[in-house]
Amino acid sequence: MYFGGSFSRGDFLFLLSGAVTTLSITLVAVVIGTVLGVLFGLIRAGAPWWIGNTLGAVLDVFRSVPLLIQLVLFNSFNSMLKLNWPTFTVGCICLGIYASAFCTEIVRSGVGAVPQTTRRAARSLGLTWRQELTSITLPIATRIVFPSWIGLTLGVMKDTALVLWIGIVELLRSSQIVTSRVQEPLLILGITGLIYFVMSFPIARLGNQLEKKWGTQ
Amino acid sequence: MIAIENVHKQFGALHVLKGVDLSVQKGEVLSMIGGSGSGKSTMLMCINGLEGIQQGRITVDGVEVHAKATDLNKLRRRIGIVFQQWNAFPHLTVLENVTLAPRKVLGKSREEAEVIAVEQLSHVGLKEKLAVFPSRLSGGQQQRMAIARALAMSPDYMLFDEVTSALDPQLVGEVLDTMRMLSKEGMTMIVVTHEMRFAREVSDRVAFFREGRIHEIGSPDQIFENPQQPETAAFLKSI
Ligand SMILES: Nc1ncnc2c1ncn2[C@@H]1O[C@H](COP(=O)(O)OP(=O)(O)O)[C@@H](O)[C@H]1O
Ligand SMILES: [Mg+2]
Repeated sequence: MYFGGSFSRGDFLFLLSGAVTTLSITLVAVVIGTVLGVLFGLIRAGAPWWIGNTLGAVLDVFRSVPLLIQLVLFNSFNSMLKLNWPTFTVGCICLGIYASAFCTEIVRSGVGAVPQTTRRAARSLGLTWRQELTSITLPIATRIVFPSWIGLTLGVMKDTALVLWIGIVELLRSSQIVTSRVQEPLLILGITGLIYFVMSFPIARLGNQLEKKWGTQ
Repeated sequence: MIAIENVHKQFGALHVLKGVDLSVQKGEVLSMIGGSGSGKSTMLMCINGLEGIQQGRITVDGVEVHAKATDLNKLRRRIGIVFQQWNAFPHLTVLENVTLAPRKVLGKSREEAEVIAVEQLSHVGLKEKLAVFPSRLSGGQQQRMAIARALAMSPDYMLFDEVTSALDPQLVGEVLDTMRMLSKEGMTMIVVTHEMRFAREVSDRVAFFREGRIHEIGSPDQIFENPQQPETAAFLKSI
């Protein structure tokens, strides 16, 4: 498989399998983060202040403690409490909660940016609270905060690199493994960086395109 | 009939409505005039239950608005309200702005709702703008769209809250024309306005609001020609 220690097709495929892990963790974490973030964000925006503020304080912990510490701690709890979750699950949940803390603030600011008078106009037509939320507030807020959400997603993709510390072989870890065998660190880091870029670029582009589409409305 | 009896409304320590009594008959056009902050907008919001009240009673065709058992979402179908800010739904086309409530609230199919919407939008002169997003409309057009949106629910009552106040002067006329047309068609309307000439022309009665009460109410001739209260005369002179 290895030809004189040079970078081979097999190495490349190994990197790609790491990339698949990175993408999977990103996807799961962003889904968890977004679902929880919308839920928490709506609570922050609409619930009585003491509920909203308590939730906000808890989420602030997740926003301010470095992700690496959260991962290692959560992973230790996992073994201490004998939960026996696979490290992949631990990584996804940890990143997901971390992302949800940021997403919460994104959602809260988006909902807050929808004018109260617009919401009242909708209610005055007989729309229920839920109908108003799904047909008016959420679509408008989505358009407002979409760029921030794309930014969050791209950030989460890069943060997945930290899960290598709890033993998950994602893209960055794969590149380290290859480097230790092939001894061409710059080339391999370059290729790895390129793979990250190729994964991020479509997301950023999609973001731009939707923004442009909404901008012309 | 809308019947308002001894209504009090407070925002915390601020006593905004201090015992309003008023009734509006079917087919009547009532104008509300009065200084800024006198509680006119608050009064309208109380009528369709967007605001609660602390004392008194408001009934619409016998249904008590603030009773616990009242289904406000159902009541609001019958009371259209148009605000000073145009409040277009910016993410929806003009047509979708108008079809939204008939579809969601009345459960109409898309086709049925579109027939209604096209009819109402034609009525206010926006037939050419169906597929356009509101940001492409002038203020006057957005306000007429808001009127069509309310009318699409076939309300029995229409409440207008200074609907021309935020418009450029040259756009006021087209919106007033729309309201004039509605009054001719027999719509029951409560119109909060600073357009005194308009109020005089379309109203059956005019109410002068002052410090959270109706200070004087009467025919347009009485209010504008021969006010019985010195404050009414002073207000009319001041604008
Ligand atoms: N949601 C609110 N919370 C607190 N105060 C309010 C609210 N809405 C209106 N007010 C106050 O109530 C008073 C009457 O307001 P409003 O009904 O808008 O008067 P008008 O429409 O006659 O100008 C004002 O002093 C205003 O600041
Ligand atoms: Mg007002």
